[in-house]
Amino acid sequence: MTETINGRTTLTTPFTEEDIRALRTGDVIYISGDIVTGRDDVHIRAVSEGMDLPAEIRGKALMHAGPIVTGSAEDGYSLVAIGPTTSMRMEKLEYDFIKKTGVRLIIGKGGMGKRTAEACREFGAVHCVLPAGNAVFTALCTEEITDAGWLDLGMAEAFWSIRVRELGPLIVSIDSSGKNLFEEKKKEYASRKEEQLQKISKRLETIL
Amino acid sequence: MTVEEKKNRLTDIMAAFIGYTAVHLPDDIVSKLEDLRDAEDDPAARSIYDMMFENMRLASQLGRPSCQDTGLVQFKIECGSRFPLIHQLKDILHDAVIKATAETPLRPNAVEPFDEINTGNNTGTGAPALFWDIVPDDESCSIYTYLAGGGCSLPGHAMVLMPGDGYEGVARFVMDRITSYCLNACPPLLVGVGIAGSIETAALLSKHALLRPAGSHNPNKKAAEMEKLLEDSINAVGIGPQGLGGSSSVLGVNIEYSARHTATIGVAVSFGCWTHRRGHITFDSDLGFITDTHAGFTYGL
Ligand code: SF4
Repeated sequence: MTETINGRTTLTTPFTEEDIRALRTGDVIYISGDIVTGRDDVHIRAVSEGMDLPAEIRGKALMHAGPIVTGSAEDGYSLVAIGPTTSMRMEKLEYDFIKKTGVRLIIGKGGMGKRTAEACREFGAVHCVLPAGNAVFTALCTEEITDAGWLDLGMAEAFWSIRVRELGPLIVSIDSSGKNLFEEKKKEYASRKEEQLQKISKRLETIL
Repeated sequence: MTVEEKKNRLTDIMAAFIGYTAVHLPDDIVSKLEDLRDAEDDPAARSIYDMMFENMRLASQLGRPSCQDTGLVQFKIECGSRFPLIHQLKDILHDAVIKATAETPLRPNAVEPFDEINTGNNTGTGAPALFWDIVPDDESCSIYTYLAGGGCSLPGHAMVLMPGDGYEGVARFVMDRITSYCLNACPPLLVGVGIAGSIETAALLSKHALLRPAGSHNPNKKAAEMEKLLEDSINAVGIGPQGLGGSSSVLGVNIEYSARHTATIGVAVSFGCWTHRRGHITFDSDLGFITDTHAGFTYGL
């Protein structure tokens, strides 16, 4: 479901294909509902080792993140700090992960590559950037940890299920048409870099 | 105090200091971030800066780590040869990391290679990393702490250039990393460049460079000009906060060097993310201390 809350576009899980396909790169959105965390090891288990995820995530969101959590299964967990990790590390396995799980929204930092963009186009998903390093701000957008899976992977790599409320701002970086904001930015930066390197080489002659 | 009591006291202060640096960014980085925010023209980038400042405020208020990746703990130690706890310091810092991990809390990040087991307390083979420097005939001890996050360690790189590549080659080496890997490393970044004869010396110097304050300059005038040149050029690329575009890209560029081999230019670059958790604390022989990075840090008062 997509609605406007306090002037912000807010999507609630389960996301429909229509909700997701309406998003365009550069859009800023917030989400409420159920997300899970999964990074390198979760992808390896789900894709390379063919294991079933500890919980169903069809129509939900995946965050590339390793939180700081205190507490225990008996006494309940509390989430101290959470924020996205580098998404590109998951590029190799993300296509198959999206295909297998039906996840519709991926949250991370930095961009992702071609294969993920292909999966977004084929299966109706998006990748979004959540400004990273803001782990307390982001933790305060969460309500509770509803489940903990694969704890044997360690706190950072485990599969945490978390209920969130107006988590954001999320900036859409790959949309379901396959458009990729970071790939466009990279081209822009690379051409400015070449201009700058020419200037540097002239200036170095006078410095040295 | 007995040696045992002194040892406990230093362990406790260092654990508290490490925890403090995970929660509060160093004063120089906060003020540099303020400058960058105030100079930012792009409204989207400005709103990211606002989020960063709100996060810093919440982290301080709630006493929680400002970023969930509290990194691997590293220490650069300039220890006087007559510092009373010189023999115990390695154990002290090891225990301080374990204590800080439990009490702050820090995220356990240390994984033993091959066994692929997370040790759960941020220590392990060779961890925390200690970079020693012994200061002859001195009884104080100066310790730099650094929480090396994964995201900002990833773009780190070293190679040996040929003299013909010159300083242009050094500039290209740094800038190539900036426009590729660094978009994911949580810019605005502090850039540490090491120049030496081979990769390991250059790499260590690039990390030392990150421990210098943002806005400081290499004492060699030409090196300082190169720092400025790189800083201006990288800013002109306009990576902005989180790599999404903006008026600036870096908190600064710090260069450290040692004499190189006549036939090589070893160059390395290390990056510190905007959450640059660097600390510096100096102890006298009675364990009185001062810190020039975190004016707000107190212990046992
Ligand atoms: S790069 Fe730095 S700010 Fe970004 S997630 Fe890693 S530790 Fe946090």
